[in-house]
Amino acid sequence: MVVNCEEVWREVSNYIDGDVDPSLRQAFEDHLRACKRCTAVLDGTRNVIRLYGDERFVELPAGFSQRLQLKLRSQAARSKTRFTMGWSTWALATAAAMVFFGVLWIVRPTNPPLPEKSALAKPGKNIPPELLVAVSGNSRVFHLPECGLIQGKKDLRTMKAREALHEGLAPCVQCLRQYLSRMQSGRHPRQEDLSDVEEVEKKLPEDERVEPRASSLQE
Amino acid sequence: MGEAQLRFDNPEAAGERDETQLIARVQSGASELFYELVRPYQRRVYAAALAILRNDADAEDVAQDALLKALANIRQFRAESRFSTWLIQIAVNESLMFRRRRRAVVMESIEGRDDEANPYVPKDFADWREIPSEALERKQVRQRLAEALDQLDRKYREVFVLRDVEHLNIQETAQALGISTGSVKTRLLRARLMLRDLLSAGWEHGWFSRAPFEKGSNPW
Repeated sequence: MVVNCEEVWREVSNYIDGDVDPSLRQAFEDHLRACKRCTAVLDGTRNVIRLYGDERFVELPAGFSQRLQLKLRSQAARSKTRFTMGWSTWALATAAAMVFFGVLWIVRPTNPPLPEKSALAKPGKNIPPELLVAVSGNSRVFHLPECGLIQGKKDLRTMKAREALHEGLAPCVQCLRQYLSRMQSGRHPRQEDLSDVEEVEKKLPEDERVEPRASSLQE
Repeated sequence: MGEAQLRFDNPEAAGERDETQLIARVQSGASELFYELVRPYQRRVYAAALAILRNDADAEDVAQDALLKALANIRQFRAESRFSTWLIQIAVNESLMFRRRRRAVVMESIEGRDDEANPYVPKDFADWREIPSEALERKQVRQRLAEALDQLDRKYREVFVLRDVEHLNIQETAQALGISTGSVKTRLLRARLMLRDLLSAGWEHGWFSRAPFEKGSNPW
């Protein structure tokens, strides 16, 4: 391959950067050995690159570094302030949340209602709260003491109706329904009718005396 | 290999390792070390801004803003590129945006003469000797170089500065200016040859000679 002066001028920049293929490089160098003009162009271009590439060519304005350092310090301080503010904001929010929940804990109800023991155990309507009722063992039903449907009379305990309701116990559909109906009709609630119940009770074998569902007395 | 041995055998590699460690520390929050990290590159960042803006005060403002921006975004720097290249790209972007805002572009043709397609023919064939680098110690020489650079059209000046002053490679220069690598090579060739012609006169007038003072101005 042979190159002329124009081709050398066109490729001199790439040649200096090592960006020509080997055959062109060889032709380039063959040409330079015989051409003073192109050698002058190549040398001059190399000088240009070397002079401008020297870091002394660029002179920083006086005080540039000091002004830059001041700005950097100022920015760093602002960043740290933002960080500190961010941290303190989170701390403040956490403290406020702790105070809020602490107050809630302090003023929480000291005597919360007991959980219901049975889905059926909702207060019977119109049962006098001070009425004395009886509950047998672990039964979930409370009765009038004279009710014949009470099971396990050995473990019988008495309490007021409001306490039974508070414990989640359900009223007996038999005795307390009769009691309430009598009370509503104006008759004395504690009378003879329970004898009917006793009669029925006596007729039932012991193992058939199941506790009645309380749903009919519920709201 | 010990630290002292590494520094003795390969000071450049040791310097790069120091820089990598410094970057990691600044990324971890030690922002007070940032100046130490960018100190070697201040001139190059300023030169990139000056090449685009051609005004000392604007170039300083933009260069410093670029460095502040680099600090604010230091966590985004990845070791895939050189740190210096990353800084210079920020400076170029900031400078281009600044110029767009100031609309200084109206003072200068965006593309200059459409002469890229025509091959540049050197005008001077004087035999240059190698110019001693000490010549750059003289303000007069630096001023002559700056004046010659200032005579180039913008598109040649920007490519030349990024490639030959900032030492970005062809790809990085193309990326920073948003042009093709082919355009970078074409403009670079023309810029180098034009500067050579512009400085040839100075060579003939002894600008780059070893004599530090002009005739009749000896200080002694």
